[in-house]
Amino acid sequence: MGSNMAENHPVGFRWPMKAREKGATIIHVDPRFTRTSASANLYVPIRSGSDIAFLGGLINYVLTHDKWFKEYVLAYTNASTIVSDGYVDAEDNGGLFSGYDPQSSTYDNASWAYAGQRDETLRDPRCVFQILKRHYARYTPEMVERVCGSPKDLFLQVAEVLTKNSGRERTSAICYAVGWTQLSYGAQIIRAAGILQLLLGNIGRPGGGIMALRGHASIQGSTDVPTLFDMLPGYLPHPAAFKDDTLEKYNRESGVRGGYWSNLPKFMVSLLKAWYGDAATEANEYGYQWIPKLTGDHSHVSTSAAMADGKVKGFIVFGQNPANGSPHAGLQRKALTELDWLVALDLYETETAAFWYAAPEGWKPADIKTEVFLLPTAGPGEKEGTFTNTQRLLQYHDKAVDPPADTRSDLWFLYHLGRRLKDLYRDSTDPRDQGLLNLTWDYLPDRPDPEWRITDEPSAEKVLMEVNGYTVADHQQLPDYERLKDDGSTACGVWIYSGVFPAPGQNMARRRNRSPDNYVNPEWGFAWPGNRRILYNRASADPAGKPWSERKKYVWWDAAAGSWTGIDVPDFPAKKAPDTPAKGQGTGLDLHSGSDPFTLKADGRGWLFAPSGLKDGPLPTHYEPLESPVSNALYKRQDSPVAQRFPRKDNAISAPGDPRYPYVVTTYRVTEQYTSGAMSRWNSWLSELMPEMFAEISPELATEKGIENLDWVVVSTPRNQIECKALVTRRMRPFRHNGKVIHEIGLPYHWGYQGLVKGAMANDLVALSEEPNVFIQEDKALTCNLRKGRLR
Amino acid sequence: MAIEQAGGLGLGPLGRLGMSPQPVSRESIEKKPRIRDAEKAVPSVCPYCAVGCSQLVYVKDKRIIDIEGNPASPINEGTLCPKGAATYQYVVNPNRVTTVRYRAPHSDRWEDRPLEWAMDRIATLIKETRDATFVERTPGGKLVNQTTAIATLGGATMDIEENYLIKKLFSGGLGLVSIENQARI
Repeated sequence: MGSNMAENHPVGFRWPMKAREKGATIIHVDPRFTRTSASANLYVPIRSGSDIAFLGGLINYVLTHDKWFKEYVLAYTNASTIVSDGYVDAEDNGGLFSGYDPQSSTYDNASWAYAGQRDETLRDPRCVFQILKRHYARYTPEMVERVCGSPKDLFLQVAEVLTKNSGRERTSAICYAVGWTQLSYGAQIIRAAGILQLLLGNIGRPGGGIMALRGHASIQGSTDVPTLFDMLPGYLPHPAAFKDDTLEKYNRESGVRGGYWSNLPKFMVSLLKAWYGDAATEANEYGYQWIPKLTGDHSHVSTSAAMADGKVKGFIVFGQNPANGSPHAGLQRKALTELDWLVALDLYETETAAFWYAAPEGWKPADIKTEVFLLPTAGPGEKEGTFTNTQRLLQYHDKAVDPPADTRSDLWFLYHLGRRLKDLYRDSTDPRDQGLLNLTWDYLPDRPDPEWRITDEPSAEKVLMEVNGYTVADHQQLPDYERLKDDGSTACGVWIYSGVFPAPGQNMARRRNRSPDNYVNPEWGFAWPGNRRILYNRASADPAGKPWSERKKYVWWDAAAGSWTGIDVPDFPAKKAPDTPAKGQGTGLDLHSGSDPFTLKADGRGWLFAPSGLKDGPLPTHYEPLESPVSNALYKRQDSPVAQRFPRKDNAISAPGDPRYPYVVTTYRVTEQYTSGAMSRWNSWLSELMPEMFAEISPELATEKGIENLDWVVVSTPRNQIECKALVTRRMRPFRHNGKVIHEIGLPYHWGYQGLVKGAMANDLVALSEEPNVFIQEDKALTCNLRKGRLR
Repeated sequence: MAIEQAGGLGLGPLGRLGMSPQPVSRESIEKKPRIRDAEKAVPSVCPYCAVGCSQLVYVKDKRIIDIEGNPASPINEGTLCPKGAATYQYVVNPNRVTTVRYRAPHSDRWEDRPLEWAMDRIATLIKETRDATFVERTPGGKLVNQTTAIATLGGATMDIEENYLIKKLFSGGLGLVSIENQARI
């Protein structure tokens, strides 16, 4: 669901296809009939954005038909946990949970907290299991058909296949991509999948899980490391001004008493030691105050709005293309004209680099003040370094040739820019500059490799060694993150990656050994954390430590050896026996028993109900997208109560059912092009395969609008309008919502005004908006109008 | 593998089934794989989606002559999709920019500039903008040590070592808060 894997992850999709040859059932639930649908055993159409209703229907089916995996759910989830008396469910409150403040459009989650007891009989009306049952009771197959437009018989087939294929002997996996994340409640859709998989016992087991199919070579790495505003490396929260005044307070409030996150102070102090070296001391909070503090939402969408208002002066863009690849691309281009300076680093002249003379707005260059630099960068084979793929696997790529002429790696740019800036500030005694001056910045190789023309290329392996971590006193590489300390004696750039470079010359990401006797292939690359290929794999064994079945054997307790063992690295304390009782006091994993597999959670359990961590409710609840042609059929509340809408003149969002924008539009990718086209539309082979922008339209809608295949059409939203050719196809179909016919239009978003092949930009139609937890825009379900003809 | 060894073009049992003379052109006989004379095959990873297909970069005379799937990888076993199979042209392409292009404010043209000049100029601009916009404390007195006037975007197509230095330099060193990438989209 939420993914067209055959089209967008074709080589990954080879494995589900091989599984199908061996008897597996592939189900595809999607608004469009795609290459994935064509390869599936069962295709189920679903109206864009109604995924929570569909998944909620499956959860309800599992509960009402008693198909949940009882031993697993009782032992490994929070089903038995009693929730606070003050909790009011959305079912009893028109679609809002307790704690909602309409003034600020935020939730106070105090009333979602655990009450502190469990009821192992699951009968207490306030236990999670009973709350879950009540919350999803109305998500019936009939309701799924009404809300999602998915035929009831097909929905029931999905429910039957999924429940039959889950349990001791069998597991099912769910794959998703941006078809889920690019909605104003995207994180809650994934949560719904999590609830379903926990109920079916499909988490932490081979063949189970929820697979995020990510879209860029190292987008997982750029999330882990990360280049995101709200986190420091390894998912540490980035300190915020309003609460994290001191390191002590940050450590106390960000850390959690129970579970592995209780070690957060060790990760944070080691990070500060990696960044500031000897200048990071206990006396100066290890340099904590040199880390800038957040003063609000500094996400890409928010920053774009600020940039369009002239509040951002300088912008550095690394291999990205907001001028046609980001939401509300017209606003993005306008924002570039407000900059004093722009640095774009890329292999090609992207739409972003060329905005000042080539944008469709037709601006005169003389009117644009922005000083623009296009720095040519190295490509594949021209530099070495690590990508983290979609399964958390770090793979090193080697350098084959020097990059041509003045092209350089981004690592070269960053290293030499940092060196120059340190030099420019070298005489400063201003406290604000001491973070930069104290930044450890020693990445040139001990001696340049004589094979290469470029002699001042920094060593990627030196950076990776710092990412791995080392002891401060004698600079020994750390074997893993278990050795990190909060007393300044260890340094570590990204704690979850520790173990990737455990000794000089031992780059585990560069391992390329197949293991013929182990399908996990543990010696190919390095998976974080600690080379574990399946997270929480303790759950692959029963509470006593025995595999649930011989067929699904993965890790287990070896009583004779007194340790966990298996075909993967056990994701559990190696010597902690299954019958170890939880300690009543202390911190960290001491609070968990030997049968609590979810070591990062405070209570060691998989969360059916989320007492904290989400800004939009403890249980996934069906809302309509911010723009929808229909009213919410399940709740009085129409849409996400906490999503951000960016109310501004240039960002109008259509009201529900606005007759001027009666159709749903959804955006997507095709195999032969790549995101904004910067990496594909300069390529003659790929451009020839997929040369032109188009709009996918159902024959029914085409008839209604008098449109024939290959006619020009104009698609419009309150933000902008674009023209392209119509592709009239039965792959698109009308949906029925509560009896009303809803037409959908599909738009790929690969084209722009640069490259060998050019075309309209689907992102021109998208609004600025933000899902409240992860700040992602909604572009998988917008409303639009459609007409035959050209723009002018 | 030589064509003769494949046994398909006239010499093997199937070849004799055809009419005489052989319907194989000289061009077909002389065709050879692009990688035949490669001096080395360097392990790499596909730059497109996140499946992480392993590639081999074939090199001759210090130039890339082809990029193909790496049969050793348990992920792709030598296969690539249309984009991955076109990686060669992503790198070896006449449309590629190989010199620094600079556009002065209000100018209507690109100019080529030396790399070192551009690096110095960019460092100076960052310092000027940072110094002019840096905020040490909020009006309420909270220490924030930040600037919101410079933003960075990107990283998902780049190495983790590069991402790490972006975060370290721009956040830990310079106090930028808007450091973002495609993962937000």
